[in-house]
Amino acid sequence: MNARAFLVRGLLVGLLAGIAAFAVAYAVGEPHVERAIALEEAGGVAATSDEETADHPHEAGTPAHSHGGGGDGGASVSRPTQRTWGLATGTLAIGVALGGLVALVAAGTLGRLGRLTPRQSTAAVALVGFTAFALVPFLKYPATPPAVGSGDTIGERTGYYFLFLLISLAVGIGAVVVATRLWQRRGAFEAVAIAATGYVAVMIVAGELMPTVNEVGDFPADELWFFRRASLYTLAMMWAVIGVGLTALVGRLHEQAASVAARRELAASL
Amino acid sequence: MSQSTAAPVSEVAIPTIPLRELAPWALFFGLLGLVVIFFVTTDQGAVSLPAGTAVHEWVHDGRHLLGFPCH
Repeated sequence: MNARAFLVRGLLVGLLAGIAAFAVAYAVGEPHVERAIALEEAGGVAATSDEETADHPHEAGTPAHSHGGGGDGGASVSRPTQRTWGLATGTLAIGVALGGLVALVAAGTLGRLGRLTPRQSTAAVALVGFTAFALVPFLKYPATPPAVGSGDTIGERTGYYFLFLLISLAVGIGAVVVATRLWQRRGAFEAVAIAATGYVAVMIVAGELMPTVNEVGDFPADELWFFRRASLYTLAMMWAVIGVGLTALVGRLHEQAASVAARRELAASL
Repeated sequence: MSQSTAAPVSEVAIPTIPLRELAPWALFFGLLGLVVIFFVTTDQGAVSLPAGTAVHEWVHDGRHLLGFPCH
């Protein structure tokens, strides 16, 4: 069990996770992206689009910004390309990157999280990763469909999102450290309960303190919810494949390493 | 309760990877992973490294559906 073995498995699992996330996003998410763009282009979404027309950095003149087929020079990517190759590029790249990062973190925590076995500590890393990197940031700054969000505030919103993401990651890591420390004295259940409660409490306070973004305007509430639900499915699929896949591969790696060690011991004793 | 006899038994030692061995991998691939994540999630939205909108337009749907601020 070494860093390379973990990384290779993480990249592989991440690739699979990207493919699975693409399948979910394409099947469940894309219909809502299309509907949001149709609403945007019909001018049906008033509150934010008005400002957007004036100041959107991409293309002035078209309502909001053009989604494909814009004929405004080289930058534009057609909608059929965006929802297939473009989407696949995004999910595969994120999948491979996250898979690799999760695997390296799992390699670092191996044998360092109380008495968790390699399989258990890898599963714990993936679970904490999904919660701290995807789920909790989503609860504060949820995904928005095209047509929601003003181009003027993209800088602020990106800043808030990643600040909250960083806080969540840092507090999540802190909670794991606390749980590992408390484990000896208090036992697993109390240690995990205290650490998880602490994480939730700190994140609620941070979430209340950080600014709210509300640029929904009169975008239909049901469409917004369908889009966000689809986005959450995509994220959940991505992390589920990474978590389950990597846990299985690391478990097998550990069993192989253990059986090799046992055979060597037996051979030495003869 | 159940782990009162944990310490002396210690059936199988759980392996660890020395941090010294892990560090170069973590540093190099950690940075590489962050760069990839940056380009997919953020580039040409709030910050533009190569000017233009090509990257933004290409990963547009992925950015929306993975929950990152797009525009």
